[in-house]
Amino acid sequence: MTETLTDANANPVGRPLRRKEDARLLHGQTNWTDNIQLPGTLHMAILRSPMAHARITNLDVTPALKRPHVVAAFTAKDLGDLNGSVPCVWPVTDDIQMPGFPALAVDKVRHVGDCVAVVLATDKYAAADALDAIEVDYEPLPAVIDMEAAIKQGSTAVHDAADGSHGTNVCYEFPLKPQGDGAFDAAVKAAGDDVVVVKRRFINQRVIAGYMEPRAVVASPMGMSNEMTIWSATQIPHVLRVLLALVTGLPENSLRVIAPDVGGGFGGKLQLYREEILAVQIARHLGRPVKWTETRSEDMVASHHGRDQIQDIEIASTKDGQIIGLKVDLIANMGAYLQIITPGIPLLGMFMYPAIYKMPAYEFNCVGVFTNTTPTDAIRGAGRPEATYAIERIMDELAAELDMDPMQLREKNWITHEEFPYTTVAGLTYDTGNYEAATAKAMDLFGYDALRAEQEQRRASGDPVQLGIGISTFTEMCGLAPSRTLGALKYVAGGWEHCTIRALPTGKIELITGTSPHGQGHETAWSQIAASILGVPVDDIEVVHSDTGRAPYGMDTYGSRSLAVGGQAIKKAAERLVEKAKVIAAHQLECSVDDLEFIQGAFRVKGDPAKSQPLAAVAFEAFTAHNLPDGVEPTLQAEATVDPDDFSYPHGTHLCAIEVDTETGKSKIRSYVAVDDVGIQVNPLIVEGQVHGGLACGIGQALYEGVEYDSDGNLLTASFADYLIPSAADLPSFTTDRTVTPSSTNPLGTKGVGEAGAIASPPAIINAIVDALRPMGVTDVKMPATPENVWRAIQAGQGGAQ
Amino acid sequence: MTHIPISVTVDGTVYDVEVEPRRLLVHFLREDIGRVGTVVGCDTSNCGACTVLLDGKSVKSCSVLAVQADGHAVLTVQGLAEGEHKWHPVQEAFKECHGLQCGYCTPGMVMAAVDLLQENPNPSEEEIREGLEGNLCRCTGYHNIVKSVEYAAELMGGKS
Repeated sequence: MTETLTDANANPVGRPLRRKEDARLLHGQTNWTDNIQLPGTLHMAILRSPMAHARITNLDVTPALKRPHVVAAFTAKDLGDLNGSVPCVWPVTDDIQMPGFPALAVDKVRHVGDCVAVVLATDKYAAADALDAIEVDYEPLPAVIDMEAAIKQGSTAVHDAADGSHGTNVCYEFPLKPQGDGAFDAAVKAAGDDVVVVKRRFINQRVIAGYMEPRAVVASPMGMSNEMTIWSATQIPHVLRVLLALVTGLPENSLRVIAPDVGGGFGGKLQLYREEILAVQIARHLGRPVKWTETRSEDMVASHHGRDQIQDIEIASTKDGQIIGLKVDLIANMGAYLQIITPGIPLLGMFMYPAIYKMPAYEFNCVGVFTNTTPTDAIRGAGRPEATYAIERIMDELAAELDMDPMQLREKNWITHEEFPYTTVAGLTYDTGNYEAATAKAMDLFGYDALRAEQEQRRASGDPVQLGIGISTFTEMCGLAPSRTLGALKYVAGGWEHCTIRALPTGKIELITGTSPHGQGHETAWSQIAASILGVPVDDIEVVHSDTGRAPYGMDTYGSRSLAVGGQAIKKAAERLVEKAKVIAAHQLECSVDDLEFIQGAFRVKGDPAKSQPLAAVAFEAFTAHNLPDGVEPTLQAEATVDPDDFSYPHGTHLCAIEVDTETGKSKIRSYVAVDDVGIQVNPLIVEGQVHGGLACGIGQALYEGVEYDSDGNLLTASFADYLIPSAADLPSFTTDRTVTPSSTNPLGTKGVGEAGAIASPPAIINAIVDALRPMGVTDVKMPATPENVWRAIQAGQGGAQ
Repeated sequence: MTHIPISVTVDGTVYDVEVEPRRLLVHFLREDIGRVGTVVGCDTSNCGACTVLLDGKSVKSCSVLAVQADGHAVLTVQGLAEGEHKWHPVQEAFKECHGLQCGYCTPGMVMAAVDLLQENPNPSEEEIREGLEGNLCRCTGYHNIVKSVEYAAELMGGKS
């Protein structure tokens, strides 16, 4: 099975090379943040609010100080100015309400898990024990949990006027009306009698990221050169450095942030967390290393959640199925505070509701609302899974209303491959795509017609186990992102990426990237890209990342951006390195630069293959600098910082067959086919793994996962015992394949892949379940489609109460 | 709190340490003797990231007290290979079949797979999925983990 590079001419790009990362990881030779044990470390334990909304009437940490091994304990008052505020860098509107988010709660707590006080001890168990000694009293306040109730006049405010807020729970309202206000109604009216309108309310429930490595941070003020070194289980060491400097007032140039081995992120570690601020500030204050590793139960209440939208969506078509308009009204749950990009998440989906379909009218509106719940933010897909779910679900509902095959309805409305580049009704320009090709391949792998025939048979025979077929023909925007576009959307940072490549005197290559992998295999894939240009063995390239001391420039890893944006920087830097080397090689070979060609890692004089100089020899010359041409600087290195021209638009067709036991409500995935088009693949093995993981995440949301609160704001799904992350026994094997339509927005022709599976799969699953049950009067099933939720939908469809 | 002397063999080395009676085996491994290859993923014994072999049988080391391991032998992912170049077939198979991404569940997943193949050298896909039910992975969707275990069975001569 092993793919090895025996042919020296072989281009490593496109090959399923086994990963460089794995040897270490498979032998436990790892460097997770929690592994770090520095001399003199103080372990931080955090007292968290057990109440969703309350006034702190009494808080005394002094009894905790008397406990063994305890060195310090702090409340917000004790910390004073050191108690930083968690920043939000995406104020989406001019009049957005942005309340403060103190690291330790000041006077009030606003969600279960809000930080109230901290204890520092020389022993981890002792720190946790001492929390019990803290004296705290709360005066409960009404908890605001339901989003619709929260935005009603007279609702208790999560941040009331006394806190300096607007006294309402509406955080912001964001409309997008490219064809003007009322465009949807106008389109419906213009169609006269020839119109069908379908309106639905979908609930995209709250989920967690579910990375396996709990968050952890170590802040050490005893680094070199008076620097503060911060190790964090984060996706964003570079962004973290900037934000920590802004929040703490520490000079940015004295901060070194390292994301060592990071055990998954899925958006959940795209954050500046309050615990990171506390660790840094307390380490600075006490002059000792401070370490904090969360428990999983802490993670459930304290790490940001995602999704949680009420989606009112309306679609109109002619009676023969031509879409004439789409209208989307969202209510999006911000939770109790705004974190790094909380308000922007629903807006990342805003452009994607029209998806792959042509239509003349589109209207979107989003109301962001505060509740007494854990803050929301990015989780794998961030806004786009929600959009894809709503559009792909309502396409099936429209097809049912029109009595059309759902795939035929999609074919009738999608952008055909001849029509690219295509500017959608929402204003995006999709560069390339071929929905027909991906669908044809998926239909073939799936056996669509045979499954439809079986479905008919089961329906006719009244089989208690019904078969449903679910379709999701999706696209997404990813590869975040053109800096100008981000600026226009009021996002405070840019979307560029950086790479520096050094040819070292010993012949080895050092590739320094600004991306920050946490499972994506960048060390392998980036080596493949550079090796394909530099002509050196993949194993001679060392990829340096995730340490602002060694890789100072970068915008990190999220939004399926690392390859689509970071890959461009690698290509450009490698090409620049070759150009510089060529000048030195020409000097060494005593010829003109124009007489040289660069083949298999060596410069050759055209027509005289005996005269050649390998890159390593040029690198050594650049190092000794004994005989460089005039004006050429010593050392052989090149760098590139690339800002993408546009997003990347992967797409695909996912098909799912599900057996639903109509007596118990239990669903069983019989087959799942995913044909994705992610453009050029650098490493198909890694691409495939990304698709699998995305599918598991999306299927998890569709069938198993959901964060639940009771009406008082208590988190009911507060551990892995109550929140069901699917296991191997809960998932099927997948049939995956790809079509390849190179992207034209980047010179490698690549598109993002990390989020695709999570974006595409939830509607495929739910469409399949609804399809199985539609003859029983079922038109929707709530996610997660647990046996109970399916059973209730069946009862409701048959006239019983849900 | 009183400390109790224990003697535990970990990956072939005997460690004589005094621990609190409440100390979890996984914390003993990670914090007392520096075997940090085994990790903690949850606090309800659901995730299996901390799986090790105790006298040859897989256990979740977050659910065993260090004192319970007194006089017993623990094998972790760090002791699985025979030297640097002779990997265990399960390790080889996970690399070959891309059975890991971030690698955090991997120490536990690999040890659980070793135990599974000891019990059943020729498991079906369903038996693999059921057998690894106590080990969670968020990256791979398990597809390639199942393939890895199937391939490991083949390497170990169990798969016909």
